[in-house]
Amino acid sequence: MLLALTVIAVVAAAALAAVYVVTKPAIEQQQQDKIQKAMMDVLPNFKGTTEAVKVFANKDDKSEVTVNLAKNADGSIFGAAVETYTDQAFSGSFNIMVGFDADGTVIGTSVISAAETPGLGDNIKSPEFSGQFAKKQMNPKNSNFELKVTKDGGEVDAITAATISSRAFCDAVNRAAKAYDTVLKQKGAAK
Amino acid sequence: MKKLKILFNGILKENPTFVLVLGMCPTLGVTTSAFNGFGMGIATMFVLMLSNMLISLLKNFIPDKVRIPAFIVVIATFVSIVDLLIQGFVPALSESLGLFIPLIVVNCIVLGRAEAFASKNGVFDSMLDGIGMGLGFTLSLTLIGAIRQLLGSGCDILVFVLAPGAFFVLGFLMALIRHIQQPK
Repeated sequence: MLLALTVIAVVAAAALAAVYVVTKPAIEQQQQDKIQKAMMDVLPNFKGTTEAVKVFANKDDKSEVTVNLAKNADGSIFGAAVETYTDQAFSGSFNIMVGFDADGTVIGTSVISAAETPGLGDNIKSPEFSGQFAKKQMNPKNSNFELKVTKDGGEVDAITAATISSRAFCDAVNRAAKAYDTVLKQKGAAK
Repeated sequence: MKKLKILFNGILKENPTFVLVLGMCPTLGVTTSAFNGFGMGIATMFVLMLSNMLISLLKNFIPDKVRIPAFIVVIATFVSIVDLLIQGFVPALSESLGLFIPLIVVNCIVLGRAEAFASKNGVFDSMLDGIGMGLGFTLSLTLIGAIRQLLGSGCDILVFVLAPGAFFVLGFLMALIRHIQQPK
């Protein structure tokens, strides 16, 4: 009895470990492809090179945000694709990509990975919701760029029955804007 | 004839959702639309079929006293392996069904059928039972999802989009099925 259960547990652990090792590179590759695809989605007309810069957007943030600065052939800044996150999501956290042009106007957003409730919070992927963010401008002189849902006095229409996911999405976009602003200031200081 | 009976058992007579009342968590959670219900159902059917076959093969090796923990370990391992393989090699499928697969690990239909059927029957019969139960689950979830989508998103009755709506639809459908099945 003890032996049988031990054998089953050991075989199960070994099988899981083997499959994990085999699939790990493939899963990481898929993740990388997703990030690439999200970058193309949010910077549709961009052909130059990108430079990844990692920064903390807020002082008390737990992880860094990756700002992929998009540069034209002459070195001038075209904009950025910011790989940002929120930890206020319904299921904990999710990752999105936000594209900005050189003035800090949002070009578009794309969800990289999210596990929000299917049919409710999952609608953050729908163009009706995420499309609202395009053309929203962050003011470079005033870092208080903040998007909010209408319920909180902002201008973003929340998804019906998914206010938490909608707020989290705003939080992620705000974090992206702050990170982009920080990077632009760093680069400006360097010049 | 007997084989067909095993296959069709899960669809109405022992429908996992409306008659056995198993796997309520995904039933209430993901049936916000017909497609989500269908996706969850198909993913569960696939796992049920294979886990039933696996348990049926192992049934002589697993001692009776520790069968429940053994079944759980076997099923959870198997589902995790399927999840990893899909994530790694079939990204398109992972995109649409990926959300549902971790939910199957803790789905009591899978354990319920291992205990009630696969541990007592042969591999082929267990496979049929898995497919039948999976089909029954898929049909039930798609039906609940369709009704909720129609009333919730279609007619804008918000309660049907939210969890309480799932309880209402489930309750009324269960009553209806009991009514149909009851000998007159």
